[in-house]
Amino acid sequence: MGQTFAEKILSAKAGQEAQAGEIVIASPDYILSHDNTAAIIKEFQKLGLERVKCPQKLVIILDHVVPPASEKYAQNHKTIREFVKAQNIPAFFDIPHGICHQVLPEQGFALPGKLILGADSHTTTYGAFGAFSAGIGRSEVASLWATEEIWLKVPETIKVDIGGKLPTGVYAKDVILKIIGEEGADRANYKAVEFSGEAVRNFTMASRMVLANMAAEMGAKNAYFGVDEATLEWLEVKTRDVFEPVASDLDARYEAVLRYDVSSFEPQVACPHTVDNVKNVKDVEGSSFQQAVIGTCTNGRLEDLEMAAAILKDNQVHPEVRALVIPASRAVYMRAMEQGILKILSEAGCVILNPGCGPCLGAHQGVLAPGEVALSTANRNFRGRMGSRDSEIYLASPATVAASALRGKITDPRTIL
Amino acid sequence: MSKGKVWKYGDNINTDVIFPGKYTYSILEPEEMAQHALEDLDPAFAQAVQPGDVIVAGSNFGCGSSREQAATCLKAAGVQAVIAKSFARIFFRNAINQGLPAVECSEAVDHLEKGNEVEIDFTEGKVKIGIQVFTFSPPPESVLRIFEAGGLTAYTKKILEETVGIPEKCEE
Repeated sequence: MGQTFAEKILSAKAGQEAQAGEIVIASPDYILSHDNTAAIIKEFQKLGLERVKCPQKLVIILDHVVPPASEKYAQNHKTIREFVKAQNIPAFFDIPHGICHQVLPEQGFALPGKLILGADSHTTTYGAFGAFSAGIGRSEVASLWATEEIWLKVPETIKVDIGGKLPTGVYAKDVILKIIGEEGADRANYKAVEFSGEAVRNFTMASRMVLANMAAEMGAKNAYFGVDEATLEWLEVKTRDVFEPVASDLDARYEAVLRYDVSSFEPQVACPHTVDNVKNVKDVEGSSFQQAVIGTCTNGRLEDLEMAAAILKDNQVHPEVRALVIPASRAVYMRAMEQGILKILSEAGCVILNPGCGPCLGAHQGVLAPGEVALSTANRNFRGRMGSRDSEIYLASPATVAASALRGKITDPRTIL
Repeated sequence: MSKGKVWKYGDNINTDVIFPGKYTYSILEPEEMAQHALEDLDPAFAQAVQPGDVIVAGSNFGCGSSREQAATCLKAAGVQAVIAKSFARIFFRNAINQGLPAVECSEAVDHLEKGNEVEIDFTEGKVKIGIQVFTFSPPPESVLRIFEAGGLTAYTKKILEETVGIPEKCEE
């Protein structure tokens, strides 16, 4: 019997053959943390150690509340900078860089065959590059800094085979929302999700990242895409380290194989207050909202901003809508600036914010008042997430959000494109 | 463990309603976290919860963010355990790492109502409701060791102390 990607890579990292269901002790290649590094430092100090064991494995990226919105956030950032300096941590990315899940790949850490653990649930994103990446808690990161070891259960794998060709107005975001809506928010809990099929082979790396990122919303421990020419081309100028792709065997055993054909898919929207409460956009068309958000670790990449600009060019955002645009990273921001995308969006009335998580977690830059509704390209619409517990969040593709910002009501982008 | 009173909730209780994101980087003390426990799910909870109370919920408890405060705030609020039909993976880890028993037992969830009294033996895998006893699989030995040490930081500290004097260096 062959092995899945998850079985192979965790066996290799643990130095013992392991099958799904077994617990192994493994040592990650990279350990990610962000603004929560301040809390992790506090936990690490309880261990009574002077030094982090392997400073070169740490990747610390400030992104959640940048620049700091209060004295407390500022103190956290200060604590983190002092720690980074004292411990000689080379991979530190201060506030200009952007969202960790965009910056870590851009900086060449998200490599095929690497084990990356991060104190963030959307660490699954690097599966787009053939890495095994999973979210963990803060205490676990603190312990990893000290010991380099962690227990991991080798997950069973669900294969999601996605065939067909995307119709006009339908994008990677619609595909993953549709799948989450069909399968439910806990379908992949404790499990690995492997994406394959004709449709995803034709996806850009940015689109693959959308699927890997949102696999977390079906509970996945990690996501995985096979390495192909598109992966290698993307990595060519960004690689920091030697790497060796790991692939599932042809006769690997899967918990399930789910098959989808995207040819018949339509624009999708996740309605309040769960990500699996998914409907066709046309079924909620005409609903009003006050804040449009285009950005986040799900959809803040160049192709997303390009799409928004294509729709909003020579147009104006509806006067009853505030449209926030947050490029995922400085690299994305620079490209969008060079290509005139930011100018188009600014002229259309969008507010261009600095790279970072923006209002997604409800801490700053566009918090919602009671009774307000947001339409966002983010990955979560939980009650109260973006502000008041009496506000609502809808999730959709950048095209749907841009088209809706234009009309002032939730709009099927196919009516504009 | 002693008997605790039940607070009952539904499926997919996510970490944003357990501990809102807006506090995740500004509140660092467990006692202060406890004041916001379940704030966006049940605003009355944090004031009314008593030491030893038990949260009972449906499937996928703790889904969403990896924020460990979702477990820390419940533990600091005095919650002795969470019984659910299933737990989101990261929440389960965080609960163990904070020394908060996460009990996966669907039958007990179906039987329990708000205000019921329940007794839990986490290491033996038993939930007692009156004269009824429901069983569940306790975590594997390697995971239980972390829980029994009082959480991951205490466990790691113990390991570090046991291996003191043994030269440890980064492999790379």
